[in-house]
Amino acid sequence: MNTAYTIIFYVFSFISVYVQIFFLVTFLEKRKHIVHNPENLDLLSYPTVTVAVPCYNEEKTIDKTIKSLLSLDYPKDKIKIYIIDDGSTDNTWDVIQKFKDNPSVVLLRKENGGKHTAINMALEKTESEFFGCLDSDSMVHPQALKRILKYFERDPSTMAVAPSIIAYKPNSILQYAQSIEYDMSIYTKKMLGFMGGIHVTPGPFSIFRKKVFDDLGPYHKAHNTEDQEIALRMQEHGYKIDHCPDAYVYTITPDSVVKLYRQRQRWIYGFIKNLIDYRKLLFKKEYGTIALFTLPSGLVSLFGVIFLFANIVGNIIKFIYNKIIQIQTIGIHSVLSYHYKFDWFFLNTKAALLFSVILYILVIISVLIGRKMAEGKSGLTLSIFYFVIIYSVVAPFWILRAIYNAIISKESSWTFERRVIND
Amino acid sequence: MHQHEPNDWKKYVIVLFITSTIFISGLWISNYFNNKKVDQLKSIESSISLDLLSSETQFDLMGELSCKDVSTTVLSSSLNSLADKISYSENNIGTDNTDVITLKKNYSLLEIKDYLLMKQITQRCGQKSVFILYFYKNDSCDDCTKQGYVLTSLRETYPNLRVYSFDYNLDLSAINAMKSIYKVSDTLPALVINGKVYSGLQNVDDIVKAFPELQTIKVDTTTPTTTKSTTKTTTKTTTPTTPTAKTN
Repeated sequence: MNTAYTIIFYVFSFISVYVQIFFLVTFLEKRKHIVHNPENLDLLSYPTVTVAVPCYNEEKTIDKTIKSLLSLDYPKDKIKIYIIDDGSTDNTWDVIQKFKDNPSVVLLRKENGGKHTAINMALEKTESEFFGCLDSDSMVHPQALKRILKYFERDPSTMAVAPSIIAYKPNSILQYAQSIEYDMSIYTKKMLGFMGGIHVTPGPFSIFRKKVFDDLGPYHKAHNTEDQEIALRMQEHGYKIDHCPDAYVYTITPDSVVKLYRQRQRWIYGFIKNLIDYRKLLFKKEYGTIALFTLPSGLVSLFGVIFLFANIVGNIIKFIYNKIIQIQTIGIHSVLSYHYKFDWFFLNTKAALLFSVILYILVIISVLIGRKMAEGKSGLTLSIFYFVIIYSVVAPFWILRAIYNAIISKESSWTFERRVIND
Repeated sequence: MHQHEPNDWKKYVIVLFITSTIFISGLWISNYFNNKKVDQLKSIESSISLDLLSSETQFDLMGELSCKDVSTTVLSSSLNSLADKISYSENNIGTDNTDVITLKKNYSLLEIKDYLLMKQITQRCGQKSVFILYFYKNDSCDDCTKQGYVLTSLRETYPNLRVYSFDYNLDLSAINAMKSIYKVSDTLPALVINGKVYSGLQNVDDIVKAFPELQTIKVDTTTPTTTKSTTKTTTKTTTPTTPTAKTN
């Protein structure tokens, strides 16, 4: 049993270290190719762009989202903003009325049908060369669109570009932890971009050539993670997805563990279900990095987290059981009178511990590179500690729940998910 | 027509090489420190062996010396500390590791020698004492864990109580001889208290009731027959409460 555990642990550790080293080697190899655009970037031409903003009960955040789009540094006659109220039951529709006279804004209202139906409504109406959407809990940086379009300009084979998502004004330990995760994602996503292995074009402001939808069809419901499905569909057909590290999108992160839990459960659930739907990609070398690296490592990381968590919980249960036996046998005083004497001999020198330490160091390096790329900040911060602790404890729960839901095929609805957004 | 980026096989191999190097280095470092620990334990055992020999020699010379000059308590605490470290090594280096098994056998022999010496000393010096030989096994023996707690607790209450623990399944002729002398069956845990065998779990009250002289040795902690009273930190460890080795 112990040997089996050790072997499984080594396998998970090896793969996890392999993945981190892969990112690091890619970074060292390509770091000079990470473009930092100037503040006043000019494009050779300014193509037409449509941005869809699907919303459901977003009266509190929609205003900021639209204003940020209207503040984009881009010719006003070249951009169209579709705001689609997906059957909100609050005052969202009233709130957005103040933009009805803006020539760049189109207001649409429909029966509630899910996020993908709202985006597709805009997609049907647009004739623009480029199309993207922006979740109504996010705000864009004024230069974000130009920076993204520069990627299309530089490489005509690029079919979609994902932005860098940054946590908007974090002000709690939980939100600081999430901001670290978002920073780390900027690094990993850019590296995946270099390798052609991006598996999600995030809802907040990923921009596509309209041709993608003309060729491959509109968004699917895709287990409420349409932004993962469209990326996988593109990968299946060899459509190149890149990532623009300095196209910033600020997103409001959940401010409670329960909301975070629900959000992540939906994401992981979507990942699992989409992975099942696109299982034919797995390990097929003709599909490239997505098939050989991104999807397998994502899958392994899910099981790795659960394995480690089960082990920790098992040890805690064993410890408590032993203490109960001890108390039953010789009384409570035995537990209270604990004497500890430090001795270097008892310092753990198991290889497993060393591998865990190496893995944590690699993750922290990823965070540091991500922070540098995202915010230009370097050095350690307490938020990294929050991130490691909170995610180690809470992530296994949402992963387990997502796997459970995937097995029984229980989806959380988009409308429900929308209510996750902070009050 | 769209095409996937070509796979960078070279990078996959390079990363595999780097990761393997890290892992092999990790295993090597771990092994290096484990060997250092084994060496440390060997050194402790050697030192205890020397101390025992010294005590035995001292004891042989006792005719000319008083009982209070026999330094045995320090030796016992060294044995206690060693027990803890061997138990820890079983968990961390491996129960099947030959070095660990050898260390454990040596430890058992040292225990037996200490037991024989202490028996003689207490008899000659007229001390009242209780010796407990404790036989346990590591696998499938919840009562052994409980018995470990009981003995640890007793040691805390009666610091001069001497408990010697033996892995019943350890393939060592000296242990087999003791099993045979005291007729210890494989119903574990088993205790041999002042020569009498008790099979199955014995709780604190059972032992205290059966051996009222324990109360006497509790008082004895200040008598001059031992050089110093044993400290609490060392008492706990005579009974390896967390033995995990499968040492067959």
